[in-house]
Amino acid sequence: MTEHNGAPDGHGQEPSRRDFIYIAAGGAAAVGGGLVAWPFVDQMNPAADTLALGSIRVDVSQVSAGSEITVMWRGAPVFIRHRTEEEIADARDVDLSALPDEDARNENAGMEGAPAYDANRVLRPEFLIVKGNCTHLGCVPTSQETSQGGEYEAWYCPCHGSHYDKSARIRRGPAPENLPVPDYFFESETVVKLGLSGEEAANSGWAVA
Amino acid sequence: MSGPSTYEPKSGFTRWLDDRLPIIRLGWDSFVDFPTPRNLNYWWTFGGILAVFLMIQIISGIILAMHYVPHESMAFDSVERIRRDVNFGWMIQSMHANGAAFFFVAVYLHMFRGLYYGSYKAPREILWILGVVIYLLMMATAFMGYVLPWGQMSYWGAMVITNLIGALPFVGDAIREWLWGGFSVGQATLNRFFSLHYLLPFVIAGVVGLHIWALHVPGNGNPVGLDVRKGDSGKKDTLPFHPYYTVKDGFAIIVYLMVFATFVFFMPNVLGHADNFIEANPLSTPAHIVPEWYFLPFYAILRAVTFDIGPIDAKLGGVLAMFGAIAILFVLPWLDTSRVRSMRYRPLTRWFFIFFVLACLGLGWCGAKNPDDLVFVMGHDAEGHEVGFKFLWFGQLLTLYYFAYFLVILPIMGIIEKPKERPASIEAAVLGTDKS
Repeated sequence: MTEHNGAPDGHGQEPSRRDFIYIAAGGAAAVGGGLVAWPFVDQMNPAADTLALGSIRVDVSQVSAGSEITVMWRGAPVFIRHRTEEEIADARDVDLSALPDEDARNENAGMEGAPAYDANRVLRPEFLIVKGNCTHLGCVPTSQETSQGGEYEAWYCPCHGSHYDKSARIRRGPAPENLPVPDYFFESETVVKLGLSGEEAANSGWAVA
Repeated sequence: MSGPSTYEPKSGFTRWLDDRLPIIRLGWDSFVDFPTPRNLNYWWTFGGILAVFLMIQIISGIILAMHYVPHESMAFDSVERIRRDVNFGWMIQSMHANGAAFFFVAVYLHMFRGLYYGSYKAPREILWILGVVIYLLMMATAFMGYVLPWGQMSYWGAMVITNLIGALPFVGDAIREWLWGGFSVGQATLNRFFSLHYLLPFVIAGVVGLHIWALHVPGNGNPVGLDVRKGDSGKKDTLPFHPYYTVKDGFAIIVYLMVFATFVFFMPNVLGHADNFIEANPLSTPAHIVPEWYFLPFYAILRAVTFDIGPIDAKLGGVLAMFGAIAILFVLPWLDTSRVRSMRYRPLTRWFFIFFVLACLGLGWCGAKNPDDLVFVMGHDAEGHEVGFKFLWFGQLLTLYYFAYFLVILPIMGIIEKPKERPASIEAAVLGTDKS
């Protein structure tokens, strides 16, 4: 605009007051337009009641060693597996270099970027708690319970053939990441709370590895 | 081909109207006296067929929306209620579900017609691009429509496709949550998909208007790919749209509708998937998720990328390849370097085109199969399992050809191929002699 607008008022190529008003008005319109547009975009994000359903309590006293339950949390499955000693030993006897994804994918406070050792994926070694949607395209992997646990006899996603191990870490197949560990803690010996408030998180006992 | 208008209002009212809103003139010039090449074959009838199917989908869809309930606990039952209890609901629901499939059959034939006869070449680039926009809108509409019955395939198809967005670096997760309106595909997702599924057909209708507008500037292409001559000799190259092409299109529409009716009335569910008669269950994934047949080739391309490409991991690579397969159509007018429009006069490229069609069908086949299934068996391994040529490899091969057709074959063939001699004019092509 300055190229075309500067000359007539005798200021040469210098920006004129009119240029300033022009740009200021255009800028105000752009910011105003953005402000008006935002509510119409943001309305599609999770609503307050959806967010409020963020935490649940699960009684795990009936889950015996070597079995597992699937609970619905935030509209999606979460696997809670009571592991046997052998399973734990198996999960811990894995070299980090054997893992396609070396991040523990633990969503609890202080665990960002922790290495994918089994110890960084469980609060109590006997209970493995992970989100139950394959990190490839979101299918629910089948479990060893159904004898379709895949090559590592833990979880196998039938959609595109991802194999997870006894710590629910991706070992083979198209899934890029380990099944994520949701934020949780043990409210008592037998009750798990999924979804934490900040205070509880601070006391939940996750160690930064 | 937008020449001077030949419309002459006959009555006092039409003269009065013509001075104020020349809408009859617009219709006359567009669909009655519109000069149309005299050599159009039946491949040119799919435009009219598509217009009919857009109307069928909109009308049947508006009716279904009067009975459908977009709620995760009621959607599945409300569709079953439409099929069983609503008067003629069985017919209207079947028309809508099968109509989508027939819409896609017609659009694919329409697109292959354009690819074979060079309909995308100058001066019809914008016309072609608008067509690709319509195709994208159709895909979005069909995808969201398939989610609405809230069966197992609806739910898990939505899950897989929305998770593709999550493959985008940095913003993927936030966009996915924004699309879902929650932490997973759920009520919010279903409700907004219903809203958008109702909206998009009208957007399609608007872009179809632009598509026809862009068509009526240069006029129709034709099987020999020659321009209509200028001046009086041009009249010998063309026929008025009515009655010649209204009747030809009308005949094709009736034949197509007969096939459509066969599906609607005698095999309404044959194109559907049995799993979609099971209500959506977020805890149980069907063993084998497949999209509707008209998305299978792209699904095969998505799954063909099983390896990382530099910094792009396999998942993102697959997504990019799938969207790239459609995006490449936008630049096709500038990838094909040949000035000869019709493949009739391109002896080599014609074969590459035929293989391209076969590749698309083959990709569809791969999309329907498990990647580890075998195309053919070549023997047995030590444990007695069959080994052979996997569908994954077949799909990768065909994906390679799909992209090579656009990125290598078309650019090179335009330079090295010697086209066959073309007739002097459309008239000469039809009548066998050059009378001009």
